[in-house]
Amino acid sequence: MKKFSLLLALMAVLALMTGISVRAQDVTELTIWWAEWDPANYLDQLVDDYATETGITVNVVQTPWGSYFDRVAAEWAAQGTAFDMVVGDSQWIGQAVTQGHYVDLTEFMNSNGITETVTPATLQYYGEYPAGSGSYYAYPTEGDANGWAYRKDLFENPDEMAAFEAAYGYPLAVPTTWAQLRDIAEFFTREDEGLYGVGVYTQIDYDAITMGFQNVFFSFGGDWYDETFNTLGVVNTPDTVAALELYQELYSFAPPGTNNAFFAEMNDLFINGQAAMIMNYFAFFPALANPSINPFSEQTGYFSMPEGPTGLRYAALGGQGTSVNSYISDERKQASLDFLLWFAREDVQLKWAQLGGYTCNIAVLESEEFLAVAPYNAAFAETMTFVKDFSNIPEFGSLLEIVQRNLHAFVVGGEGEATAVMDTMAAEMDAVLVEAGYISE
Amino acid sequence: MFRPHLLGAGETQILSRCCVSQAVIQPVSGASQPVARRQLSDATIVRLFILPTIILLILMNIFPLIYSLFISFTEYSVISDAPPVWVGLQNYQRILSDPTFWHSFAVTGRFALLSVALQTVVGFGLALLLRSKFTGSGLITTLILVPMMLSPIVVATFWKLIFNPSYGILNPLLGFNNINTSPEWLGDPNLALWAIVIVDVWMWSPFVMLLCLAGLSAIPDYLYEAASIDRANWWFQFRRITLPQVMPLLLIAVLFRTIEAFKQFDLVMGLTGGGPGDVTETVSVQLYQLAFQGQFNTGMSSALAYIVLVVIIAISNLYIRALNRARGG
Repeated sequence: MKKFSLLLALMAVLALMTGISVRAQDVTELTIWWAEWDPANYLDQLVDDYATETGITVNVVQTPWGSYFDRVAAEWAAQGTAFDMVVGDSQWIGQAVTQGHYVDLTEFMNSNGITETVTPATLQYYGEYPAGSGSYYAYPTEGDANGWAYRKDLFENPDEMAAFEAAYGYPLAVPTTWAQLRDIAEFFTREDEGLYGVGVYTQIDYDAITMGFQNVFFSFGGDWYDETFNTLGVVNTPDTVAALELYQELYSFAPPGTNNAFFAEMNDLFINGQAAMIMNYFAFFPALANPSINPFSEQTGYFSMPEGPTGLRYAALGGQGTSVNSYISDERKQASLDFLLWFAREDVQLKWAQLGGYTCNIAVLESEEFLAVAPYNAAFAETMTFVKDFSNIPEFGSLLEIVQRNLHAFVVGGEGEATAVMDTMAAEMDAVLVEAGYISE
Repeated sequence: MFRPHLLGAGETQILSRCCVSQAVIQPVSGASQPVARRQLSDATIVRLFILPTIILLILMNIFPLIYSLFISFTEYSVISDAPPVWVGLQNYQRILSDPTFWHSFAVTGRFALLSVALQTVVGFGLALLLRSKFTGSGLITTLILVPMMLSPIVVATFWKLIFNPSYGILNPLLGFNNINTSPEWLGDPNLALWAIVIVDVWMWSPFVMLLCLAGLSAIPDYLYEAASIDRANWWFQFRRITLPQVMPLLLIAVLFRTIEAFKQFDLVMGLTGGGPGDVTETVSVQLYQLAFQGQFNTGMSSALAYIVLVVIIAISNLYIRALNRARGG
């Protein structure tokens, strides 16, 4: 009996020690999920510094863009803990917040002054939900938006300049309005030479054609709904019809075969010398600045979105913010917040920008150092002051499907009239919002 | 000395009975064990061997099938915390009254009809050509079979390059040398579905050919000899001997290809993504958009999946009846 008691006591001490050791054990490893692309590789390099400073290894797990949302959504559904942090698309935030997948970072970001360090637009679109609420769920990580790359050798060629001025009555230069961009696109479309004016997004699979069109749509005064979620008369106005007609016209100045084109195809068109200008996310411009990839790298210039007829100027927002998984343990949540605090530091953000990441940190964006790092950074810094995003309410997927289908049918398929397309789009979006309870019938 | 040899079915049965008997009479330590072993009859052993398969089947097939049937009667999103809410037939009503569903069904039907018909003609034609042996026929048959062994998404990717009006090889091969007037296969609403049909026919005609070849090689030569003696011409021999003899296998090939055509997803997504607009949006693509792509409408997509399943079962039944008639004939 005495032996048994001794054994029990020994077991109790061992259990206590084990318990203590588990509680005292620090988190030694964190996992971040992101899509498979260059910025994720840059983050993978950056987190080595965090491991050196803290001893905590951070794994950046990458998933191809096509299946990224599905994978994250499956993990949400399972309330899984496969990742501690996720670098999520700006459109996901409504769904993730309303369904409780993200940790509320409001207190963390306010108390650490992080909200003051990033540009207001990126904080609003990547971190805040609902819009204007002052509640934050993500740290703006990869600021991104649509911009343009152009062939300086063509734009600055004296013969081309003279011919353009003779034809259009004003000098050939980087376009500042959509009307000028259209003229330049038309001017450089020379089918016999295999040269075309522009490359524009047309892919139907997820959101590409919508993102491309939004650059024109917003700048022409359009919006997907107003403050009361009304779409009728907001989506379909004479100005937005003109925007759609312009986008279709731009597509007619694009190389044949770009009927389902996104970022990879845009860069290909430029590198192959098929297009004088291409639209693309800034995140894909590093390839164009690389002489081993782009034979025109030395003659490649970059500019931000031109303005619409009334002076409005918007660029479709890309990019993502980092959120903390609400299903992980409190210890891991704290470790994730510690990481975000480190990541938000100005020196780390500068290193992030130097590696190729698109920082949202105001001080870094304004620094001479950042502007000198890459030829497209000046255009990027300017663009991040007038970005605008698609809807981020939980029903964004249904709304996006409507816009994608109607835009692709008209722009690529040439089906219907622009007015009817915009009317249909507005009516279909209205039906979704009515059913979801945002507006009464 | 024990010499392993292949056992016939009867021998296997004898051996299994013999081994069970040996296990029963073998002296083992402990009094209760032989009693327990004696209870394992042949039928029990059979059941024990089948049990893992049955459990797997229930877990992986039957349960998801029944669960998704339940989900189809509910309003439910798989990524939501909210439990499924019973809505009865509402999902089915909404789908069946939605013109986009009927449109995608029409696209699927058109695709299946064109694709399967062409595959049957091309596959059967190839089988007739390769029926008689000649030098290199084995190599040619193998090469013809290569497309169906490739991943559909790989096939879609390289056919996208082939179709490209700027640098693809198809247009020049067809005589369209002017890039400005050559057809844009994947961007033209009138051609996009045909482009997918062409790729599907290229990929799956070898499958039809393979089954037809098997059928053709099973036709006894004496039937043709007798027909020749009776001075039956080629067409008569084809109509009265070749076709009826191959028909059961040809119908099986057509059945498989029809089912696959109704489920067509990967080639469409790889080539056109359902575009331009929704011109090539098959039911499977619509189902994918409903179930994933930011919508995650699990209840509605389950209902759509069941509608597709019912249609496929109905079509399969028609084929199976035809198959039985062909066999009976």
